[in-house]
Amino acid sequence: MSVFDVIGPRMVGPSSSHTAGALRLGLLAGAALGTTPKRATVGLHGSFATTYRGHGTDRAVVAGLLGMAPDDERIPRSLQVAREKGLEVAFEVIDLGPGVHPNTLTFALEADERTGTLTGSSVGGGAVKVTEVNGREVEITGEFDTLLVVADDVPGTTAQVTRLLAERAVNIAFLEVTRRKRGGEATMIVQADQSIPRDVIEAVQGFEWVKSVRRLQKVTE
Amino acid sequence: MFDSVKGIVARAEAAGSPVWRVVLDEEMEDSGRSEDEVRTRLAERLGTMREAVERGLESDAPSVSGLLGGGARRFEAWRKEGHALAGDFIARVIARAQATMEVNARMGTIVATPTAGSSGILPAVLFSAAEELDLSDDDLAQGLLVAAGIGQVIIARASVSGAAGGCQAETGSAAAMAAGALTELRGGDPESVAQSVAFTLQGMLGLICDPVGGLVEVPCLTRNVSGAVQAVAASEMALAGLKFPIPADEVIDVMGQIGAEMDERYRETAKGGLATTPTGRRLAQEVRWEGPEFDNTNVARAEDLAASKPEEPGRGGA
Repeated sequence: MSVFDVIGPRMVGPSSSHTAGALRLGLLAGAALGTTPKRATVGLHGSFATTYRGHGTDRAVVAGLLGMAPDDERIPRSLQVAREKGLEVAFEVIDLGPGVHPNTLTFALEADERTGTLTGSSVGGGAVKVTEVNGREVEITGEFDTLLVVADDVPGTTAQVTRLLAERAVNIAFLEVTRRKRGGEATMIVQADQSIPRDVIEAVQGFEWVKSVRRLQKVTE
Repeated sequence: MFDSVKGIVARAEAAGSPVWRVVLDEEMEDSGRSEDEVRTRLAERLGTMREAVERGLESDAPSVSGLLGGGARRFEAWRKEGHALAGDFIARVIARAQATMEVNARMGTIVATPTAGSSGILPAVLFSAAEELDLSDDDLAQGLLVAAGIGQVIIARASVSGAAGGCQAETGSAAAMAAGALTELRGGDPESVAQSVAFTLQGMLGLICDPVGGLVEVPCLTRNVSGAVQAVAASEMALAGLKFPIPADEVIDVMGQIGAEMDERYRETAKGGLATTPTGRRLAQEVRWEGPEFDNTNVARAEDLAASKPEEPGRGGA
């Protein structure tokens, strides 16, 4: 956690958790889809459910889905911007149960043939914790540039991805590889200290054993 | 980052350096940023904070709901007329704490220190001190570093989220950060910075988060005033050499425990406290939700959906 996460973010008010943090979850949800969504269903759990409107959570979430930063001055009129860009959003109150963080959002996004889901909590001061992306359990805090690769479970895949990163002097902070069953579908989560270059992402997409690549950008300071 | 006030003090004492230097060194090591880069960013943050205070003191513009607006400006005029028995410094602090919170409540640009709901406190104390003591922006940037170090400890040990720990976690943390910064800016040693944290937070323990209408307005703005004044009182006691018997880290830990045990109604749900007083409920009904620039027509109303569901206040763990 940087000094600038405590003295920050620079943001449009009124709430770091319900506005800036909600926006960051929207940003990451958009990243999970991999493109600007056309339709979004957003679930509001806990404190979000009761106070979302007064905090501008709806506008912040939509601003995030549209790729705006927490200090973008268009946030107060993001719902208007969404209409202009053809993004339809529906909010619903949900109850995820007592064990779930009181500020939690769920996203179900669609754009053309693509779908994406994300579940995440806004844990205070604009910090977030993503617990699910596209049906996979994760633990992502947005403190690192993150690559989520879904691939065939074949030998050598991790080495090929890490070699590409090494060639570009990108240091891996965390690496997690999981699979559901042998020879099935594997998920690789790479969290990096540096920004992951676009051509690396394109090269990964080009591997024949790769099914999908999503980049969840660093959202903290 | 730091996880104990004791650790910060020990490192500063061992190196014979002030707290801000220790926090700066740690930031450079953690982030890979140079001292110049960190200082440039601190100056940018300071600029945004100052702008928010100035805008708040000048403008009568109402908040999004219409519940707030013009209070900071009115109080500042009253201060300038010399009415404040508490003295000019405290009166400046009171005006400036309101100023940022008014800008925040109209969806203006602020710096969350550590949260938006508590963003009035640190700038109020720092800029009032700068005016009174003729401090430079470099001094104030060092104050931000002290505040950030304290904030990191609170985040590591407890929480700064009202939804997780009530208002004590938001304004209490902001006030502890401001108190430590003020103490060091006035020449206090690292131990007195720690004492400032303990003195501040002990007085904010148990404070609930009960926003009227769920808005970051009432009582958030006036709680920021309370926190800022508490920070000044705590810093004065620490500088005078007084000691609070319970160490800062233990006060922070108990704040976290109280937050975790706090009823859900008192953690930013608008289901208790001032939010559910007869007047609080009435105000929540009356507030202007949509200004002319807002358009919610493509957004389903969550409260309509909520109305069709049975009320089931689950206890959200934090």
